[in-house]
Amino acid sequence: MEPLVTLKGNTGVLPRVNIDTDQIIPKQFLKRVERTGFGQFLFFDWRFNADGSDNENFELNQPHAKDASILIADHNFGCGSSREHAPWALNDYGFRVVIAPSFADIFYNNCFKNGILPIRLPEDEVYALMEKGRDAIYELTVDLENQKITDDGGFETSFEIDPYLKGMLLNGWDEISLTLQYENEIESYEKEVQA
Amino acid sequence: MKPKTIIEKIWDHHTVKSEADRPDLMYIDLHMVHEVTSPQAFEGLRLAGRKVRRPDLTFATMDHNVPTKNRESITDLVAKKQMETLSTNCEEFGVEIADINSPNNGIVHVIGPELGLTQPGKTIVCGDSHTSTHGAFGALAFGIGTSEVEHVLATQSLWQSRPKTMEVRVNGRLAEGITAKDIILAIISKFGVDFGTGHVMEYTGEAIKGLTMEERMTICNMSIEAGARAGLISPDQVTVDYLKGRRNVPEGEAFEEKVSEWMSFATDKDATYDSVVEIDAAEIEPMVTWGTNPAQGVSVHGQVPSPEDAMSGPERKAIEQSLEYMGLEPGTKITDIEVEHVFIGSCTNSRISDLREAAAVAKGQKVADGVRAMVVPGSMSVKKMAEQEGLDDIFRAAGFDWREAGCSMCLSMNPDFVPEGERCASTSNRNFEGRQGKGARTHLVSPAMAAAAAVNGKFADVRDLERSPVS
Repeated sequence: MEPLVTLKGNTGVLPRVNIDTDQIIPKQFLKRVERTGFGQFLFFDWRFNADGSDNENFELNQPHAKDASILIADHNFGCGSSREHAPWALNDYGFRVVIAPSFADIFYNNCFKNGILPIRLPEDEVYALMEKGRDAIYELTVDLENQKITDDGGFETSFEIDPYLKGMLLNGWDEISLTLQYENEIESYEKEVQA
Repeated sequence: MKPKTIIEKIWDHHTVKSEADRPDLMYIDLHMVHEVTSPQAFEGLRLAGRKVRRPDLTFATMDHNVPTKNRESITDLVAKKQMETLSTNCEEFGVEIADINSPNNGIVHVIGPELGLTQPGKTIVCGDSHTSTHGAFGALAFGIGTSEVEHVLATQSLWQSRPKTMEVRVNGRLAEGITAKDIILAIISKFGVDFGTGHVMEYTGEAIKGLTMEERMTICNMSIEAGARAGLISPDQVTVDYLKGRRNVPEGEAFEEKVSEWMSFATDKDATYDSVVEIDAAEIEPMVTWGTNPAQGVSVHGQVPSPEDAMSGPERKAIEQSLEYMGLEPGTKITDIEVEHVFIGSCTNSRISDLREAAAVAKGQKVADGVRAMVVPGSMSVKKMAEQEGLDDIFRAAGFDWREAGCSMCLSMNPDFVPEGERCASTSNRNFEGRQGKGARTHLVSPAMAAAAAVNGKFADVRDLERSPVS
């Protein structure tokens, strides 16, 4: 997995609550047996018109949000289905950071396996960032090492993150290799508890 | 010793390694696998030269993609490839599979309990958010992503942070004709789609204790729609009676030993939770959702709300967006909403008791003009049982389509879907935008309420209709 240390990038704003993984990537695109190539289907039903053209009213299709790598959304982002195709699609499209007041648990976990940093910020801070990025290019710098978010205009805030999950992203660890260092413990658990 | 909840007991029993500043390494007792969220995981194993650590604790089925008619000639070639990939992977890695030709085939959350794989005190995972269903047995069961599927295949364990505990108490007794689906929709409508975030919920109270195992599965199934990591119910005699004699459950003396082990996981008297919510069973009426998340629901005697009723700006906007998508005006009576489709099925409501309840409403009636109604049993075993009881004849005579088992129109990955702008009364678990097809409008209800909508052409209180018990 590609490590994530710091990122400076443009923001894309989706001011909606309860954005579920069915919206992030609709079911008809879950039949592929690969992990790649899902970005073209991200937010498919919102992003495209029935004839396949871009829906110009959709926030991420606005010219100022075109190359966004930091997504800002409202409460309970990623709720619903456990499909990891959701972070695969976000990452493939170019998002490496998602900022929201709250996330659904399974989606939150899935992000860390795919080099995406989900950041919880207080609601008023998220809404303030949304205001700045809604109609104009608005760049943020996310510094995972120091757990800080800044902009060029002097804005600065910090965020909380579990140290283990932080380490996963900073180092791009393969979690299975990490766990296999505990193979003896797993084996003794099997012997003792399952006997 | 400090009294413990079932959640803490299962957690402590399964902790392989617990260290400061990191999640716990948890042992997984049962890993269920299906075709949609597993191909990339098996491919990962193959690329790294790894094996499945415990094929004996792993069980696969195909359910999301399978057609519910003409199963022998699958025309969607991408879906077909995904199913074939699962078969090949299971063969290569030595995992038992209930494939499309197996009499045990069905929705993963229906067949786990049927085969006795689901048992109290187990940790159970599957790459599917409705894994919470298995919590009905007093198991800690939760959905995981594909990377975690690969992790469990390779190590039979998972890194998990300790959850907070929540008691969801349903006090008192249900009114006549109120179902498990109404209870869980009422709970989510009352407390919202994310009140369970970060928590494992235990459902307690007189109304929960009075439910059958199949009804308990309906409740636990939708825990994820409240944002919970899992939902469960402490095991009792109802749990034991259901499991006795099933395929993967021991017999004789070994069974008695198992039962006492299972019961030891039940929540201790005086155990406390991080938080508690309560609802009065007597206040629950037949529920119908009007919006695009499962909390947007009301009693069948209610009406579609107005954005003016919202408590906050974002909520107001959410109601506006839902009403626009659903094509509904504020103030419309629920009983005035007409449906074009009825779907009875899904891991929430496709078990034999669900089909019996729907059949009791359908018996001797006719599906209303302009309504397409279909019944999709949760497993081939449910289908067989229903046919032995003659339920298929009742449904067919009433004009319902009787199908083969699968997830079907709950998420419409197979050929079954609702056309754009049309309305469906559905016994499934999600009314999200596009869930049953692009532009499809889903109203979540119980099986009896779905059958009532089918014969009435619009929503009706099933308690006002004639019902003929079928068994």
